[in-house]
Amino acid sequence: MTGAVREPDLLVSAVGLSKTFDTKVATASGWQRTKLQAVSQVNLDIGRGETLALVGESGCGKTTLGRLLALFYPPTAGELMLDGRSVVGLKRKQLRPLRRHVQMIFQDPMSSLNPRHTVETILTEPMKIFGRETAATNRAKAGELLAAVGLHSEDLRKYPHAFSGGQRQRITIARALALNPAFIVADEPVSALDVSVQSQILNLLKDLRDEFQLTYLFISHDMAVVHHLAERIAVMYLGRIVETASRDALFSRAVHPYTRALVSAVPRVTPRKGKIGRLLQGDPPSPIEPPSGCPFHPRCAHARAICREATPVLEASPHGPEHQVACHLKGELA
Amino acid sequence: MRRFLLIRGLQSLLVLAIMSFVIYALIGLMPGDPIDLMISADPRMTAADAARLRALYGLDLPLTERYWNWLTAALSGDLGYSRLFGKPVLQTLLPALKNSLVLLGTAFLLAVTIAIPLGTLAAARPRSAVDYGINLFAFAGISIPSFWLALMLIIVFAVLLGWLPAGGIAPPGAGLLEHLRYMLLPALTLTIVSVGSYSRYTRSSMMEVLRQDYIRTARAKGASQGRVVWKHGLRNAMIPVVTILALDFGFLFSGALITETIFSWPGMGKLIFDAVMGNDFNLALVALLFATGVTLAGNLLADICYAWLDPRIVIGGDTS
Amino acid sequence: MNSNSPFVLAMRRFRRHKLAMASGVLLLAMIGTVVCAPLFEMLLGVDANQVDLFNQKAPPSAEHPLGTDELGRDVLLRSMYGGRVSLFTGLVAALAAGTIGTIIGLLAGYFGGRLDAILMRTTDSVIALPLLPLLIVLAAIDLSKLGLPRDLIESSMISFYRIIIIVALVGWTTVARLVRGATLSLKEREFVMAAEGVGASHFHIMFRHIFPNLISPIIVAVTLSVGNVILLESVLSFLGLGIQPPVPSWGNMLTNAQELVWDAPMLAVYPGLLIFITVIAVNFLGDGLQDAFDPKAES
Repeated sequence: MTGAVREPDLLVSAVGLSKTFDTKVATASGWQRTKLQAVSQVNLDIGRGETLALVGESGCGKTTLGRLLALFYPPTAGELMLDGRSVVGLKRKQLRPLRRHVQMIFQDPMSSLNPRHTVETILTEPMKIFGRETAATNRAKAGELLAAVGLHSEDLRKYPHAFSGGQRQRITIARALALNPAFIVADEPVSALDVSVQSQILNLLKDLRDEFQLTYLFISHDMAVVHHLAERIAVMYLGRIVETASRDALFSRAVHPYTRALVSAVPRVTPRKGKIGRLLQGDPPSPIEPPSGCPFHPRCAHARAICREATPVLEASPHGPEHQVACHLKGELA
Repeated sequence: MRRFLLIRGLQSLLVLAIMSFVIYALIGLMPGDPIDLMISADPRMTAADAARLRALYGLDLPLTERYWNWLTAALSGDLGYSRLFGKPVLQTLLPALKNSLVLLGTAFLLAVTIAIPLGTLAAARPRSAVDYGINLFAFAGISIPSFWLALMLIIVFAVLLGWLPAGGIAPPGAGLLEHLRYMLLPALTLTIVSVGSYSRYTRSSMMEVLRQDYIRTARAKGASQGRVVWKHGLRNAMIPVVTILALDFGFLFSGALITETIFSWPGMGKLIFDAVMGNDFNLALVALLFATGVTLAGNLLADICYAWLDPRIVIGGDTS
Repeated sequence: MNSNSPFVLAMRRFRRHKLAMASGVLLLAMIGTVVCAPLFEMLLGVDANQVDLFNQKAPPSAEHPLGTDELGRDVLLRSMYGGRVSLFTGLVAALAAGTIGTIIGLLAGYFGGRLDAILMRTTDSVIALPLLPLLIVLAAIDLSKLGLPRDLIESSMISFYRIIIIVALVGWTTVARLVRGATLSLKEREFVMAAEGVGASHFHIMFRHIFPNLISPIIVAVTLSVGNVILLESVLSFLGLGIQPPVPSWGNMLTNAQELVWDAPMLAVYPGLLIFITVIAVNFLGDGLQDAFDPKAES
């Protein structure tokens, strides 16, 4: 596939997307207002039916990017197209009709389900907001949704606290499906769950993708989980995408030193407990005071003068236009 | 820190300024006006006389203008004349203030002296019989209507036993003992009512402190239970308690209104009540504003205590 | 596995709280008794408002189980009718104050920013005011000067309305602070974002998502404030500024009792004892509810 062929089938397209938060930091002389650049200049395309995984350490801005794409935050700069339509600058009311096409699955199923609502209330709420169906129709549909995620329609009467973590996450998945969305942002959907339950939920997400022709943005810090589900992977570091490629290309011939560290940190035999960072020295720098030049250079073994001076842009790697990387040294490292 | 105090001080002044207008407006809404009272005092006065008098006193002006006139006079030291007492307002206020301070100061000291050991005792043995007993007593203190408690004390000690006077203040020139006899019942009423809430504050603050790590460390090092509670615990538990007490001290000036009224104790509370009920506008206005000012000062004092006693408090952090 | 709501679970914990349970039962019995006051009136064959100048300050008898007051009226029946007024006023005024506090706290906590700053500075200021003297001024103002219609001012209900409004005006601050604090933490929970994600309006999020999670702390705060309101009402009525005679309230029954302490001290005992018992029961109940709803006890 070349870019020209894929273009009409793009579901999500971001160009130069940035998000800055106002924040406060404690200094010797009291609280100081400052800006936190959570997402900088992100260019990202997601094709219809594609599963794109967004990986990176915690604090790299992947959740913020996910929430930008799920229409929770207005971007500070850049363009965001959803199904060919710009969504930048829309007001809350104008965003509402778009919401049924984009849904989100949250990390912590304990926090994302209202403890005072029954499962039925939780699942029928989106239908009531968007639909004009009778209560009985909505209830029947809620029962079908529960069946689709592997629960029973008797569970409709229960409150969230009566379920295990995995079951709760099934309920949030059912809620995300209630409006028949095209695009689902799943933000670390299994990281709060027991390891034994993680693969069940991942398999459920996989099955639902095929059944409902869903497009996923799958956010995770766990390379093993990503390997299980993703077709394409984007690696994020300090608010920027530093490498993007198909899953197999990224796992077999990563170019960026950061990606290489991530990939090599995945233990081969038991792919579950793979955590980032074993090969990386030190902590990621603060997004409030990002380093000059390439944001990764303070931790990079290959860094040289140019890395401290110029910020590399994301562009085609020596492996082809589908494999993009933001690194000055891509020529030698590839 | 200095910035914080400055902001809080200015804020209190702003509230006082707003309240001076609100109270001025409210006083104007009370039944009758000074001219009505003059008319009722002098039957020869005609409607035309009344209108002339209203114009003379500026009572026909709009509210904001009247308020402004009053404020400028008050700020230049002219607080007006008390109709009820036939004296300038300030001369009426000062003796009442002295009487209140004597009564409230005594009651406050008594309450603190009783409540802090009680609360600490309860916290040292949670869920024991002592704790339940103190808790029951504290609830009773919080729940008892103070005016009824006053009536009961009068019935027992003045009516049935005849030991103490039912109200009033010792005549001038009386000895200290005589003064104490008059003060005992009102002070007792105020003390009983405050001990309940103070001992509960102390208990919960103490419980919080005893859960902290440094208390466990002190225990682990072999300090006795008594030493841990009274030496290590109490000092730290006092931080929130002192704050509450400072807060309460401001309220004491007005909160004793009922007790002072029932026992005919000529303090600020009774003064406010009499002024409001007797349509003494000038006096009511100034006395109420004074009570407001003192209460606001008490709040400010509580903030200062809190900041001063607890270095962990970050000052100036936004509410969000 | 069970399908009980968190509320049911809290109630189960509450039932283990003996003192609070006993208080709840006592309050229910009290409400039952005062509601049935006309029934007792019929049983005794005495009219609660019947003045009998030949039978003043009578000691207890079969006809008047608690004796009569300075106008020869039956003390027991008047206490029952007074209880109706005091309990009803306390409940309604506490609910009114709780409603105002909930709305202000929700708006401040949910929208934050400048609205929050303004509302919370106002709350701080109201808390920092000397309550009782201001209540007395509020209770003393001449309603005709406010331009209210004459029929309303002269209606027998006006002293209820007045006291409920006065209490609501000053009593909302505790609930407002509490609700704001809880709203601040609730709005960060992901279910609020999830609701936003399905297109819910601000109103829907505030009242369908955040509010149900506030109900338990609000119940506790309102319960505890019922006690305070009953005390306030009784003080104002005692001072002649609350419920106006001949309608009895526990507070105004004590007004005349003060002058009569020398020859009929028992007249001062009963109404005050009833206030005391009611308020302490309400406070025990609130305390028990607080423990039962304590989030640390959840699970």
